[in-house]
This record gives sequence, structure tokens and C-alpha cells, in this order.
Amino acid sequence: MQIGLTLRAGLVSLLLFGALLAVWHIAIGGSEPAVKMDPEYAKLMGATATQGKSAMPGPADVAAKIWQHLRDPFYDRGTNDKGIGIQLAFSIARVLTGYLIAVAVAIPIGFLIGMSPLMSRALDPFIQIMKPISPLAWMPLALYTIKDSGISAIFVIFICSVWPMLINTAFGVATVRREWLNVAKTLEMSPARTAWRVIMPAAAPTILTGMRISIGIAWLVIVAAEMLVGGTGIGYFVWNEWNNLSITNVITAILFIGVVGMLLDQLMARLQRMVAYAD
Amino acid sequence: MSFDNPLDAERPLHANGCNCGQHLTQADHDLATTGSSDARLSRVVESAVVRAVFPDDTTRRTFLRAVGAATALAAISQFFPLGRAMEAFAQTGAPEKKDIKVGFIPITCATPIIMAHPMGYYRKHGLNVEVVKTAGWAVIRDKTLNKEYDAAHMLSPMPLAITLGVGSSSVPFTMPAVENINGQAITLAIKHKDRRDAKDWKGFKFAVPFDYSMHNYLLRYYLAEHGLDPDTDIQIRAIPPPEMVANLRADNIDGFLAPDPVNQRAVYDGVGFIHVLSKEIWDRHPCCAFAASREFVTQTPNTYAALLKAIIDATAFATKPENRKQIAEAIAPANYLNQPTTVVEQVLTGTFADGLGNVRNVPDRIDFDPFPWQSFAIWIMTQMKRWGQIKGEVDYASVAQQVFLATDTAKLMKEVGLAPPDTTSKTFVVMGKTFDPAKPEDYIKSFAIKRAA
Repeated sequence: MQIGLTLRAGLVSLLLFGALLAVWHIAIGGSEPAVKMDPEYAKLMGATATQGKSAMPGPADVAAKIWQHLRDPFYDRGTNDKGIGIQLAFSIARVLTGYLIAVAVAIPIGFLIGMSPLMSRALDPFIQIMKPISPLAWMPLALYTIKDSGISAIFVIFICSVWPMLINTAFGVATVRREWLNVAKTLEMSPARTAWRVIMPAAAPTILTGMRISIGIAWLVIVAAEMLVGGTGIGYFVWNEWNNLSITNVITAILFIGVVGMLLDQLMARLQRMVAYAD
Repeated sequence: MSFDNPLDAERPLHANGCNCGQHLTQADHDLATTGSSDARLSRVVESAVVRAVFPDDTTRRTFLRAVGAATALAAISQFFPLGRAMEAFAQTGAPEKKDIKVGFIPITCATPIIMAHPMGYYRKHGLNVEVVKTAGWAVIRDKTLNKEYDAAHMLSPMPLAITLGVGSSSVPFTMPAVENINGQAITLAIKHKDRRDAKDWKGFKFAVPFDYSMHNYLLRYYLAEHGLDPDTDIQIRAIPPPEMVANLRADNIDGFLAPDPVNQRAVYDGVGFIHVLSKEIWDRHPCCAFAASREFVTQTPNTYAALLKAIIDATAFATKPENRKQIAEAIAPANYLNQPTTVVEQVLTGTFADGLGNVRNVPDRIDFDPFPWQSFAIWIMTQMKRWGQIKGEVDYASVAQQVFLATDTAKLMKEVGLAPPDTTSKTFVVMGKTFDPAKPEDYIKSFAIKRAA
């Protein structure tokens, strides 16, 4: 029955995908007959103007574009034109740097907050105010004060991904079961050993949940940040193709962003399963 | 033109044909007669010096007619060692810094800065330049202020605004070369094709690339001349050029005064038509500029000189109409402008579709001339004041002189122990009205629609 369900779900997914493609194909088709134009003039105009072609590409156009990018993902034709593989690598490197700094900051502070109700109350207003700020709002401030666009992008990743981890760590640490702490006390464990051997494993699933939310946010933020600072990365790629009004490339990039985001999330999900335990 | 012979009394002041009659334009004539880039360089230096000595065209002509070119040159050389100035400029030492970064915005205004890369002008002058595409004017300003870029493509009002501390912290900035003249246009959405009179535009929403841009000032000027108050009758927003066509298609705006290739791209995609070219508002107006901080200029003078020479060299190549196709092919790829070649070609060659079914032929739709006339700076500041961007007293001439370096010559003159002359100014006509750089305040007062008191 289990296998049957997976199989059926897969089938439904495929059907939905097919239906989506069909609707997409039909929606952009039906181009009007060409407007009568002086051939001299028509030569100077684009296909949307001369053949009434929709500005929106069809599924076949996008598939061809994806294939073209996959065939040669690492080309380098100068500072402003690099393959999609290189752009993704730049983005992932930036995300991981900002994210790892956030992990290094959020988990110790989260522990502190979780173990001390006083700190928890005291820091709460700051966290609540800082948490909902959009990455784009940080950008001008970062550029102006840090004076380096690369570091600014990493800072924005850091500042946006730190909060979910901080909150989850604090929550996880604060809700470790009393009995377990009491047992540790009875066994005369040192506070450091208690933190490492009791609280850490007990809070790990909650912490990992925070980390999983954070990596998703970091990946959301990078695209916006790179569109703003430019240079390299998948966000710059989207901006550059928007500049050229190449919707085909923009859709391609969106798909790549989605796939990479999913892979990062799956990676965290796997880690999460490793630390999961049953009560 | 600053490549022409400043010692020629008969040189026409307007660019219709050349003075010997055998070439299509003065640019052709000059390049045919001057030839090599060294000769061109000395011509630029000569030009700047002679213009500095005789800011007024009439005086220069009278003087040259009276004494003849050779005598004039000899006379000037007596109190200003032209030869030494040229030498100083031509034989600067090795660049202090070889690897430099120059930022640009992907528009055709940046042509000299961009083309110097694929066409090898930077390499020729011993520099390893990386040209970096940047997302918007605010970012390019911040990255240049941060010193991530050594020099950058800016809108010509930006170095003035930065120096004056308007809209950013005040940092002394310089603008040693104008990149392009003309090359902008007012584009309207196709649905407005029967509303060609600006008087009917009340309630329109327009886009310009940046608040401190020639586009903003030219659009405001154009609207005000048609009796519309650009602050109350019209909405003007700053939208980065790449987003303009998308916004026009989405019906968010009714039109824009934008740099090319954005105008031509709107036509190419069938969403807009070109209402007027900016040259029809003010012929030979400056637009974008090559800018660097004063610190870069003073701390690495040889690098700066090599960079400026590469750009002057590239600009000279771009002035030749027959080279424009080749340039279009060099700068259209994804690494630079990322536009269809035909769009860039239509902009640069001036044979273009106007969006209403006509093919127009305007060879000087965009042109390139590096000479940073200080009167341009003064005009820009009058408009900043007219629209309330700057308030109070402005020392027009001295800011213009500090920022618009019409004047590596001035610098060289100081080096050889001479006081540089006041300004290198000229009068010009904007929509039929003459601008006298000597009387900026009177000029502001003469407008009916303005914000300044």
C-alpha cells in the first residue's frame, strides 16, 4: 500500500506537470498575423513587433535554453559574462559564508538566552524588531558603512539568517525536560558537561529546524542582494538578463534557483533526521 | 569638437560638413588630417590651451585672422610651453597601478569606456582594466566612493552633486572627460502616438534614470517650456534604465527620457515610439561622463593619465561614423551591453526605426566628444538650483573648474609655474534660448516655472 501511494503520487505529479506545460504552451501561442510593415523598417524591429510574437517564451524555448546552459555551465567570457555554473557557485559560496557566520553567532547566543530567563526577556524586543527587516533595507546601510560590496552581501545574508536560528536555539534549550536536567544534577555533572551531553542532544532537533529555516532565508536573500550589488552570482545573472529583457533566461534562472534551494533544504532535512530522537 | 585644429580661424562652429569641403563631417576631416593618436593627443592639448587663452570663439577667430596660425602658436608658446605640456602629458612614467577597475552602466553612453576594453585601448596604454557592469547609479556612486572602482562611468551631474555633497556625503570628485553628447530621447508608450503635443501631457507619469541626471534636467526643461510644471502637473520617478521598458510595457509609466539603447529597445519590442531625440532639445548636450575621485587623480597621476589617454583614444575612434558598426558589434554581447546587435547599431549609426513606421536617419543621434566644457557644469548647476536640489549661493565657476577638468591643461600649467586662465566656457542654445555661462543667476531668474526663490 505504501509503495502504491508513492507511485500514485508520482503519477499525479507528472500529470500536473504535463497539464502545466500544456496550459503554458497554449497561453503563449495564437500569435496574430504579422502587421503589414515596410521591409526596411521591419528589419530594424524585433520579433514581438513584426510577427506579433508573445514576449513570453514557450516551454520548448525554455527547455532549449536550459539545455544550452547545462551543456556549458562553466564558460568565462569576461568579467560580466560567466556560465550559470560559475554564477551559482559564487552565490552558494556567499550564502554558506554568511550562513556559517550566522551559525557561529546564533547558537552560542541562543544557548545563553535559553539558559537564562532574564536574558531571554531582555533581548526579546531587539530580536522581534530585527527579525522582520527585509534584506534590501539593510543593503544601503551595509554598503555605506562596510564600504565593500562583497562583504556587504555576506553581511546581509548573515543578518537575515541569524534570527530563526537564534530563536529556535533559545526555545530548544529552554524547553529541555526538567527531569533530564535533574538527573544530570543528581549525577553531579559539571555545567559544561550538562550543556554538551544533555542539553545539546535534547535541543538538537529544534536547533536544526531553525538552521533549516535559516538556510532557506539565506538563499532567498542572496538573489535580491546580488541583483542590487551586481558583479557575480545568480542574482546578477537574473538582473543582467532582465536588462536584456530575455524572459527565457530569467525563467531558466528561476528554475535553477528553485533546484538549488531545494537541494540545500534537503541537505538540512537529512541532518535533521540524523539528530532526531523519540521521547 | 576638441580634436579639431584650434588654430584654424575658418573652422566652422557647427558640425555640418567640414572646413575643406571634402569630408562629410568635421570628424572625418580631422581624423583624415590628424591621423595618429599621438598627433590627436597633441591636438587635444593644443585645443585646451588655446581655448583656455581665448574662451570666446569670436576673439579667437579675430586673433588668428590677424596674426596667422603660426604666429599665434609661437606667441602662445612663449608664455605657455606647449611642447612641454604635450610631452608631460604624452610621456608620463609607467602607471603606478596597472590593474584597475572601472564601473559602467550598460547603456550606449558608456561606449568609450566599454569599447576600450574589447578593442584593446586600455592594453595599448599599459593598463589591465576590468570593466564591471553595475546595477544602478546609486550603487556605482557608492562603489566608487568605497574605492572598489578606481574610476567610473557616471552621469555628468553626479560628480558635481558628489562634490557639492548633494544626495551623498561630500567627496571632491573630478570629471576629466565627457563620454558622449546627445544620444538620449523622450520615448512614449505606443498608445500616446496621437498626443505629440507636450501641452496635452498633464497627469503623465515619466521615468528618468536618476535625480541627478541630464535626463531629469532636460525632461523638466522640455516640459516647463511647454507650460507644464514638472513637480505638480507631471510625476517624474527615478527608475534604472533596464527596468524602463518593462515598466512601459506594464503601463506603469507613460514615457521616459532615457539613455539609449533603452529608447531603441522600446521601439524594437513594439511598446513605444521615439517622440523627440535629446539633440532636438539641446544639440550637442553632454550626458554621461568619465569620473574619478580627486584622490585617484592626485595619488596615481600616471595611471590616471594613461586611463584618460585610452579613453580619449577610444572616443576619437568612436567619432568616426564608419567605425560605428564595428563598435556596435564589439559592445553588444552579454559581457557588455547585453542587447541585440541591431538595437545598438541603430543607436550608434543613427539610422533607426522610430516606432511609428518610419526609418529616420540622424547621423549625430549620438556623438562622442571628451572636452568637458565648464559652461556645461554651470548649466547643470543652474538647473539643480532651479529645481531646488541645491539652495543658497553657489560659486558656479569655481565648482565647475574643480570638477570639470578642462584642464589636465590647467594642472600642467600649474606645474610649469603659470596661473591657468579662468574658464573654458562657451555659450550654447537650449530650445532656442541662449545660455550665457557668465550670468547663471540671471538665467535662473528668466524662467517662469522654477522652485528656486
